[in-house]
Amino acid sequence: MAQIRIENVRKEFGSFTAVESSSFTVEDGEFFMLLGPSGCGKTTTLRMMAGLDLPTSGEIYIDGEEVGQKPASQRDIAFVFQMFALYPHLNVGKNISYPLLSQGMPKAQVKKKVAEVAEILGITDILNRPVGGLSGGDRQRVALGRAIVREPKAFFMDEPLGALDAEFREHMSQELRALHDRMGATTVYVTHDQLEAMQMGDKIVVMNHGVVEQFGVPQQIYDWPASKFVAQFMGSPPMNFLDFKGSVGKEDNAVTLSGAEFNIPSMLDGASGDLIFGIRPEHVRLDDAAAYKGRVSATEYLGTTQIVSFDTPNGPLKVRIPSSNKINVGETTGLTFDPRTITIFDAENERALLSQANEGVLKNG
Amino acid sequence: MAEVSLTGISKSFGSDVALDGVSMTVPDGSFVVLLGPTGAGKTTVLRMVSGLDTPDSGHISIGGYAMAGVTPALRDVAMVFQQYSLYPHLSVRQNLEFPLKSSLLNTPKDEIDRKVGEVAETLQISHKLDNKATELSGGEMQRVSIGRALVRNPSVYLMDEPLSSLDAKLRSDLRVELKSIQANSGATLLYVTHDQIEAMTMATHVGVLDHGKLVQFGSPREIYENPVSIYAASRLGQPRINVLPSDCFGGAPAKASSIGLRPEQIVQGEGEDSLVQRVEHLGDQTRLHLTFKTHDLITVTDAHTDLKRGDIVKIRPNNPFYFDANGARVA
Repeated sequence: MAQIRIENVRKEFGSFTAVESSSFTVEDGEFFMLLGPSGCGKTTTLRMMAGLDLPTSGEIYIDGEEVGQKPASQRDIAFVFQMFALYPHLNVGKNISYPLLSQGMPKAQVKKKVAEVAEILGITDILNRPVGGLSGGDRQRVALGRAIVREPKAFFMDEPLGALDAEFREHMSQELRALHDRMGATTVYVTHDQLEAMQMGDKIVVMNHGVVEQFGVPQQIYDWPASKFVAQFMGSPPMNFLDFKGSVGKEDNAVTLSGAEFNIPSMLDGASGDLIFGIRPEHVRLDDAAAYKGRVSATEYLGTTQIVSFDTPNGPLKVRIPSSNKINVGETTGLTFDPRTITIFDAENERALLSQANEGVLKNG
Repeated sequence: MAEVSLTGISKSFGSDVALDGVSMTVPDGSFVVLLGPTGAGKTTVLRMVSGLDTPDSGHISIGGYAMAGVTPALRDVAMVFQQYSLYPHLSVRQNLEFPLKSSLLNTPKDEIDRKVGEVAETLQISHKLDNKATELSGGEMQRVSIGRALVRNPSVYLMDEPLSSLDAKLRSDLRVELKSIQANSGATLLYVTHDQIEAMTMATHVGVLDHGKLVQFGSPREIYENPVSIYAASRLGQPRINVLPSDCFGGAPAKASSIGLRPEQIVQGEGEDSLVQRVEHLGDQTRLHLTFKTHDLITVTDAHTDLKRGDIVKIRPNNPFYFDANGARVA
């Protein structure tokens, strides 16, 4: 197993820059997520880490060894694709043993390894079945078996669950994570689904337009986004952005929105002009006594919780509250914001301003 | 716009029963979502309504007219598929105009221009009207294919997982757009998905299909709060409803063989001990994976919880569901 370090990696395809100078480190044994919208460069980054594409510039270290310009075959890694490719004419056991036999491992040892892997994946009883008649889940397990049987230094997965239906995807994502916990193998995983990233990842890199926007622990990124993009991409519904004009200075711990004063984490940074007050939907409370008012424009029932949309003097706002709270479209109510959770953004560069609350998170990524 | 009604629809493909006596009314102006896993029969229902397939028995009417023997073209339905199918050699505008230029409709030119402009505006693709269809991103292409259905003003829209090939963020944007288009235009919409968020957020009514049978039909809230079976209860809710043997906790009715607990039906801090296996931070929601008397269950807790693996949490049921040995609801 291995640590993987990326330094200033850049990839150009002709005049198009797919990845711009990325740097981050995947620690030994981590489940690491590359997250972002289509075309953000996450798959290109993964392919460079795996050696399927070579970087235009920059270095990639696997276990301290610089492998940037080496092909995949010399990197001792395993790759699992979105469309799991199995050998259709071989049975399950032969599909799994193929990589070992092609390495020239003695038959008896291969048999033992395949049995071990089948046990881990719970597919011992289907080892002699042809792969043709298998369910999607079993095919996925066989593909994983073929990847893990070699005990590579690291696994690379490109949306391995993307093609599955929602229910099954949830089941497989739990299974994958549990498998990782048992094996402790360094895994790098590409997804565009922020929930999947939060659910499975020890660490996340959020990418946009070929640039690493933020890198860190899922809950910390969610709580303390470095940019408006991250605040929007993580979370469903995304963070709310209330626009206001004003200025904040060092050590300020309140701002004024349309005449109402709100406490915020003590600022370490200053800015003035067009600012954005960022608040997550679950950190807004309804309180008739509050001075700041919003009018309910829509409600969305989600079972345990509901999303209530408000029009406020500073723009639209979505709030997540328990479904048991009765609320009607057209009503006006007061709103309060949990002061510990607020991020102020500079509207011009869309970056989060440094405060005592987000300092720790933003300084290391 | 029109009401769609299905009465006793059955369909088999060889020995596979795809639909088994499905009866359902899609009220005029409603947004009905058919929910179920792969193979439940959702798409087959759409194909029956559209006329792409004919039922073995039962009948379908649209706006009060019986549809037996009526070809798809004459049924006045518009269909959107999962895989967008645009004319690659035509521009976005030409793709959108195409259905209106059908000889059946014979729409005047200025009317076509007005409609296309309106729909492009709603779907936020006005600036791409003169692009070739192939020059669009996946999300834009899917919007154009939805747009091609919207320009027509048919009696009913039929949509088969139109959002499932899009990435997560775009999917959530289009959910909002689709819902508001339907609400504002009063269109009747029959929509197939396996994504429960789409069902929850867009539907006025949800139809739950299980192996070709319609097992429950009602508002998302009815199905969530008053499910008829374990199967129906498992379609909605994240995390999924926990199903445990009924004797785990006291007080189960005699007929019950299992107890169903959604997160809000589990009180924390009272009752009997459970062991924390994992604390999963999902941002807006923090999930607790617990073991209670050898059974695993998942519930939700405060985002800033101090609980960690190995801790003990007391839990007790609060107004749980009870199901019999066949999974049917008994209380």
